[in-house]
Amino acid sequence: MSDHAHDHAHGADAHEAGHEDHGLAHTTPISLLVGILGVLLVLTILTVSVTSFDLGSRGNLVVAMIIATVKAALVVTFFMHLLWDKKFHLVLFMTSVLFVILFLSMTITDRGEYDKDVEAFRQDQAQLNAK
Amino acid sequence: MASPSTTADLVAPRPSPGSDNYLTHEKGFLSWALTLDHKRIGVMYLISVLAAFALGGTFALILRTELLTSGKTIIEHDTYNQMFTLHGAVMVFLVIIPGIPAALGNIALPLQLGAKDVAFPRLNLASYYLWVLGAICMLTSLVMNAADTGWTFYAPYSTTTQTAVAPAAMGAFILGFSSIFTGLNFIVTIHKLRPPGMGWFRLPLFVWALYSTALIQVLATPVIGITLLMLIVERLLHIGIFDPSLGGDPVLFQHFFWFYSHPAVYIMVVPGFGVIGDIIPVFSRKRIFGYKFIAVSSLAIAFLGFLVWGHHMFVAGQSLLAGSIFSAITFLIAIPTAIKVFNWITTMYKGRIHLDTPMLYALAFLWVFTIGGLTGVFLAVMSVDVHLHDTYFVVAHFHYVMMGGAITALLGGIHYWWPKAFGRMYNEKVGRFGAVTVFVGLNVTFFPQFILGSRGMPRRYYNYLPEFEPLHQLSTLGAYILGLGFLMTAVSLVRSLLKPPDAPMNPWGARTLEWTITSPPPYYNFKTPPTVTRGPYDDYEGLVYDEKIRGYVEKGA
Amino acid sequence: MSDATSEAAESPKPKSVPPAADHGHGDGHGHGHEEHDPIHLANPNLAHHFDTPQQQFDAGKLGIWLFLLTEVLFFAGLFCAYTVYRSYRPEVFVYAHYFLDTKLGALNTCVLLLSSLTAAWAVRNAQLRQHSLLKLNIVITIACACAFMVVKYVEYSHKFHDGLLPGPHFAPTEQVWELESFKHKHPEAAEYAEHLYKAAEKKKAAAANPAAAAPTGEHAAAGDAHETHVRPTEEQLEPLIAAGILGPKAETRDVPSKPRNAHVFFSIYFFMTGLHGLHVLIGIGIWIWLLLKANKNVFGPNYFGPIDYAALYWHLVDLIWIYLFPLLYLIH
Repeated sequence: MSDHAHDHAHGADAHEAGHEDHGLAHTTPISLLVGILGVLLVLTILTVSVTSFDLGSRGNLVVAMIIATVKAALVVTFFMHLLWDKKFHLVLFMTSVLFVILFLSMTITDRGEYDKDVEAFRQDQAQLNAK
Repeated sequence: MASPSTTADLVAPRPSPGSDNYLTHEKGFLSWALTLDHKRIGVMYLISVLAAFALGGTFALILRTELLTSGKTIIEHDTYNQMFTLHGAVMVFLVIIPGIPAALGNIALPLQLGAKDVAFPRLNLASYYLWVLGAICMLTSLVMNAADTGWTFYAPYSTTTQTAVAPAAMGAFILGFSSIFTGLNFIVTIHKLRPPGMGWFRLPLFVWALYSTALIQVLATPVIGITLLMLIVERLLHIGIFDPSLGGDPVLFQHFFWFYSHPAVYIMVVPGFGVIGDIIPVFSRKRIFGYKFIAVSSLAIAFLGFLVWGHHMFVAGQSLLAGSIFSAITFLIAIPTAIKVFNWITTMYKGRIHLDTPMLYALAFLWVFTIGGLTGVFLAVMSVDVHLHDTYFVVAHFHYVMMGGAITALLGGIHYWWPKAFGRMYNEKVGRFGAVTVFVGLNVTFFPQFILGSRGMPRRYYNYLPEFEPLHQLSTLGAYILGLGFLMTAVSLVRSLLKPPDAPMNPWGARTLEWTITSPPPYYNFKTPPTVTRGPYDDYEGLVYDEKIRGYVEKGA
Repeated sequence: MSDATSEAAESPKPKSVPPAADHGHGDGHGHGHEEHDPIHLANPNLAHHFDTPQQQFDAGKLGIWLFLLTEVLFFAGLFCAYTVYRSYRPEVFVYAHYFLDTKLGALNTCVLLLSSLTAAWAVRNAQLRQHSLLKLNIVITIACACAFMVVKYVEYSHKFHDGLLPGPHFAPTEQVWELESFKHKHPEAAEYAEHLYKAAEKKKAAAANPAAAAPTGEHAAAGDAHETHVRPTEEQLEPLIAAGILGPKAETRDVPSKPRNAHVFFSIYFFMTGLHGLHVLIGIGIWIWLLLKANKNVFGPNYFGPIDYAALYWHLVDLIWIYLFPLLYLIH
């Protein structure tokens, strides 16, 4: 099936649906853009103020990452237009994220396992030097 | 008047002498240097890649000559280390990774899609110039105190050695971007520039292979990019990421390096699968068996290839837990690969086999790649790898798959598309002889290395125990046979260019779209996108051989 | 066998299109009659190898998303190094974060977020052929990007001045417990560290110069002063151990110093922010180029791809900073 023919149909449908659709793609309303910026700025303030609470080092990191991910999701969905875009682009983006997770998780797991050996070696070295 | 729009409508005239084609359409250095024509870019890549192959091959011959005796033969030990480093780096980054996609893919992909060009022609030219820049950087390392770390650049040696590691790493970094842009271009081309009627499951298998390869190129190559960048910064500024004396982690380097370099070997070999997948049905005069399985298996290999990088690190300090996971998943890759091999063989069964040069290379591929692939499974077993790691067994394994897989397929593809790209047929006898010589040379060079490795001969060793001499000498003999085969082939191909274009439109009787236009093609490829009504390997019975033009024409034409 | 009509059909010479007139770049391109079809004539920015503006736009969109994919994987390596080090050498990160100015980091975050708005807005302007607004939004985007770089420059020059350099050049001019940020958060620990450090310095001076040392009486007095602090409280000790100033991870166990390999944080910091900054600079270049194009009023509903693609790139630059900021500046 040629993408070519499909694209023409897509444009026509969007017009009929009454979206703000000029020409080749959907046009984002200004109010939405400004609104999202507002939310992003609020989240930024939030993420800075949370650091004044002590949730343990793990807790603070988790909260910071959650807020960052919410901000990222807003930027990707609205500023980067993915909400109105071809699903394949979302698939591509999520694939890259998944591969990053794959890469990081295997590497960190492995480091966690052999780090014990490295630390043990360092202890022995330190003891030898102390003598 | 309606342009011919289906393959059935086309007749196959002999091009009249002096007729315009993409090679003659514009003349002059700038018309090539600033070309946006994918065919011209492909030709420039072909020449460059083959030149790099000759350079890397020369290093190989020097290495093999040095290894004739167990002590020093012709070079010093430091030079030896530099030789195998440059041999590996040139072959991997300048030849095999760009090889089939950039040279053959650029020429054939838009033609197989009935398209006018790739999606981003200027990006395509940029890819080529990045290749040239990367090559210059690598050569810079060569003429300075060439890097001696091995092409794998392991830390901490690579961060502390006094040799010119930074230019070599910078070269590889730039070449990575060349590769990324080619992959990006091909993905968009395949998604957006298909002709009417060519759905995904009517694509030639070469296109499926290029697509899968392009996905790997785009996902994996950035990681080697950042890794090489970190390596260069560590060398220059001693930041302490990889060097343990500065607080770094050398195993981390290996994780980073192999996260790309394992998928990279699939970048090297999957396009080869694609070439073989296009050649075998044509020269068996029979539709490919299991088209969908072969198509999807390319994607499966691409995906699985990302999950197994740790099998290069079993004895590097990686944990047993990680090692076990990587080992188990590595076994899985044998499955889609085997599906391909079985389907190709089944395609040939009860076909009418024509042993022309491309087919000889395809048959050689089946034999050599199977050996290479299976020995990879040996190495996937952790307990076996503990003994075989860093021995000649590994060297033999990867040369069987890279030389026997990728290079054999590259040569097969060159001979297959040569008449299309240049409008000339090469001397078939010499072509066949060259193919057989290469096949013999390959096996004589690398089979003894399996034996050497399993008997304990370590890789990258300059001096070795005298008991290994006979096998090393046999291997060196094979290397010279291989060199001879390549030389013969190169001379024959170049000589074919000296005669005027006389190749027919469809010398092999293939059904993919590139064979429906003149050889060489016009600069615009197709006047209008052809409408595709059948698969790429259908209806060979509808073509008959015409002695007068030495090519195939539609029956009843 | 080949008749006249098929011969003509296969003839590669396009009669109505003289090659020289078409493409003044000597690029060997031209596609017979398609160049002069109504769609290409109506759309001067439609490339020859695409059939419609929609196809060209969609191809470019797919292309830029693929490129963003590569950028994500590119930065992933650095995020991996960061995560590995933070997981297994947390004290280095705790130590280093006192040296960073959260306010400047937050300011940069807000600046980039604003520029993302103007970039997305610019896409809309281009789609609606609002030439002046488009140029304004591009200018604001560039201005924000420059502001980001200025703040970055201020931060970097502070760090250089304070000796906080990557790798072996790491030589902080101030001790961490002397910093305002540390003293504000952990006043007792700062005081305790100061005391221990001074005591150790005195001891060193005494050992180096035994003749100049006071007679045993003063020695005993110093020893007594030390003894009153012999059992530090949680508030005094815990922040110092967490930051590797004292304890098993420190360079010297009993004298306040810094954690082993403290420079690794700054190596990662400069690498990540530096690479990100390079991407901002490249973005500025791209926006300037687009501003020049916009000045010629070429963008409209059938051709706004370049603005759209540049904006996507810019949003990714923003995205990366959204993660860099908490990871580097908000360590607790």
